[in-house]
Amino acid sequence: MSDVNQSYPVIDDRPENEDDIVEVHEAELIDEPSTAEDEIVVEDAVVVDDEPEPADITAGFTVNADPDAALGDVPKTEFDGEAAEQIAAEEIAAEQIAAESVAGYAAEAPVEAEPAPEQAAAPVHTPDAPRAPEGPIVSLPLGKAINRGLRDALANDPKVLLMGEDIGPLGGVYRVTEGLHAEFGPQRVLDTPLAESGILGTAIGLAMRGYRPVCEIQFDGFIFPAFDQITTQLSRMRNRHEGTVTMPIVIRVPYGGHIGSIEHHSESPEAYFAHTPGLRVVAPSNSHDAYWMIQEAIASDDPVLFFEPKSRYFVKSEINLTENASPLHSARVARAGTDVTVVAYGAMVSTLLHAADLAAEEGKSLEVIDLRSVSPIDFTPVLDSVRKTGRLVVVQEAAGNASVGSEIAATVAERAFYSLEAPVIRVSGFDTPYPPSKVEGMFLPDADRVLEAVDRSLSY
Amino acid sequence: MAATNDTQRPTDTVQLLTVDGRFQPSDPAAEYLPYLERLTESDYRRFYRDMVVVRRFDHESANLQRQGQLALWVPSHGQEAAQVGSAYAARPQDHIFPSYREHVVGMIRGLDPVNILRMLRGVTLGGWNPAENGNFHLYSLVLGTQSLHSTGYAMGIQLDGKAGTGDPEKDEAVIVYFGDGASSQGDVSEALVFAASYRTPQVFFLQNNQWAISVPVERQSRTPLYLRGSGFGIPGTRVDGNDVLASYAVTAKWLDEARAGEGPALIEAMTYRVGAHTTADDPTKYRTDEELQSWIARDPIARYRAYLADLGVGESFFAAVDEEAADLAADARRRLLEVTPPPMDVIFDHVYAEPHPLVTEQKEWAQRYEASFDEERA
Repeated sequence: MSDVNQSYPVIDDRPENEDDIVEVHEAELIDEPSTAEDEIVVEDAVVVDDEPEPADITAGFTVNADPDAALGDVPKTEFDGEAAEQIAAEEIAAEQIAAESVAGYAAEAPVEAEPAPEQAAAPVHTPDAPRAPEGPIVSLPLGKAINRGLRDALANDPKVLLMGEDIGPLGGVYRVTEGLHAEFGPQRVLDTPLAESGILGTAIGLAMRGYRPVCEIQFDGFIFPAFDQITTQLSRMRNRHEGTVTMPIVIRVPYGGHIGSIEHHSESPEAYFAHTPGLRVVAPSNSHDAYWMIQEAIASDDPVLFFEPKSRYFVKSEINLTENASPLHSARVARAGTDVTVVAYGAMVSTLLHAADLAAEEGKSLEVIDLRSVSPIDFTPVLDSVRKTGRLVVVQEAAGNASVGSEIAATVAERAFYSLEAPVIRVSGFDTPYPPSKVEGMFLPDADRVLEAVDRSLSY
Repeated sequence: MAATNDTQRPTDTVQLLTVDGRFQPSDPAAEYLPYLERLTESDYRRFYRDMVVVRRFDHESANLQRQGQLALWVPSHGQEAAQVGSAYAARPQDHIFPSYREHVVGMIRGLDPVNILRMLRGVTLGGWNPAENGNFHLYSLVLGTQSLHSTGYAMGIQLDGKAGTGDPEKDEAVIVYFGDGASSQGDVSEALVFAASYRTPQVFFLQNNQWAISVPVERQSRTPLYLRGSGFGIPGTRVDGNDVLASYAVTAKWLDEARAGEGPALIEAMTYRVGAHTTADDPTKYRTDEELQSWIARDPIARYRAYLADLGVGESFFAAVDEEAADLAADARRRLLEVTPPPMDVIFDHVYAEPHPLVTEQKEWAQRYEASFDEERA
């Protein structure tokens, strides 16, 4: 347990089963032969060989073939054992070091950090590497599931583009786009200037031209420079064109807490976008949904905010690669129960499943609903469940005031009033700025806070 | 007044016609002269005709607003030369991203100006389909946002391999209009960053009309705006925006460069908003009559008319244009007054491309609610 915590910037609320966690072995770190420099040289070779257009036409999209210049994009994360020991001596928490390395800040940080474990442990995705034969069921961490979904989307539709900061050779600060730049080239996977409004505004123009941009916002707290383009432009563009243009843009946002990070890296801003007409907002909770929902979001002709629970990026679960039964905006019963309905989306679903295990030990049966989509919300399974249990607890990391949970409470009160045996109870982050991460455990709902609310509901 | 004569000609500005209409290129104009060779006699007349027509339309529209027929009007009086010259430099395959004052640019691209009036009457949020109106995109009311859309569109042209092929009949480019006020918006800077970075086939056409509502350009920038281009790695050119020939030639050159794959350019057209910012504005509260008169003395239409007259264009042409302008304005007025409010469906339709339960449910509710009044009356 402690090994895992030291390896990951993740997870206060522990999953039910430790096998769900991607194990990182030191041997893998040692066995990993490639350095950042090696990787870049390989990628450049691939890019130059595959260059499909004359350089003069698309000069802005070509990568610099000079490996030294290209290296400027890559954090210098050479392993430095002494430095690491020094860090430990300075009592900087190991998970924070990993978080900073993951966040791609290592190049700017005053200390050299150990390579992020998932970077070394993950299979490097190269176009020529033959895949081992696999059945329809694979087990992947959520971040890798999104990577695979993005890869399939890029392969299936030449109009799909990825855009964002550091998503090219680096593969994104969380490595969600790892390998895609090498496989699809700089004209499909665009490292953009560091300007979020610029990313979204140019994505709108690309969509007008017939492209399907998938924009990565590096962290939840960095989406606000793009807020104007998203809310005053993107969300209304089809409407003001009276249906003559479509805006098939996906905005991927790693969101939420549990990673022990610094300010603006743990936000849950989904309600702003759920409140905005013209947008769709979804948040997967597991690898299967992540793999399928990202492809469904890309296939949608409407703009979709795709909130990725970053605390689940490195948690493995099974994906059925051949069968997806659920439409993008459907909710699902994640665990059947009879006494109290508990509802969440994204990372909080695992918290609810954990709470349900604990409740079962006390003889209480929780029905867990994974919303998957927060705009629109699929209320049918929620209302069906409430009509059965008579009790509802809504759980989210975001602040509670005027939130997604508020909307669920209001709608259930309107539509299932006579089925309710107790008031709808919200469990949420406090209505405060996200706190310093050393106290985020007190800010974020956990299984105990969920169970406290369940007990209150049952007391009526 | 003679104050705005040659002695005040800035040496950094491309100018072909003096303020009194003599063809006398300024020093920086030399490299742009070959572009005039593309113009036919018909083009020369067309420039004049369009400037006069849009000014008449502009006045008629302001009157319509005063008479309660429009929610708002956005005058373009004074900026006709910058707009007409630049618009004619675009080829049919080019895309144009306007701000919200470029009425004549839309008309040159084939847009029925009544569609502009419909938007300002409050019966539509947009008013036209760009694909069916000369690739003239919708007006953008949040200042500067369209600069990024245009850059993204130009990136798409580039990814499609539709610029720099060497075939000027097929190569495409984008021109985006914005003003001195919008130049302060972060989106404009970000668009210039992206454009320079990806070397987009694109011209940034900045109309410096000296005022952002009530705030003078000195509050937006302490440096001439065209010089900002070099900071982004984009060539910048200042042109006399009240000189239609100079506006045409400069834009033609830089659009050619863009189509040829040579990257983006910034043009600052020096002009003046003779009218109010909109019909909700009162410019007498913040600018002097002396300033206004100094710019009226540099009027783009009077200057160009004097030039054409010197070339031998007769009175009958000018009179015919005046008549055509009056007819167009009267026709626009007549057809605007026939525009009726849209059906309630306009609220709900096209919010999403794919069905959305909330919108569907609310539309059905609204229909039942409206129908309930009919039932009560029955």
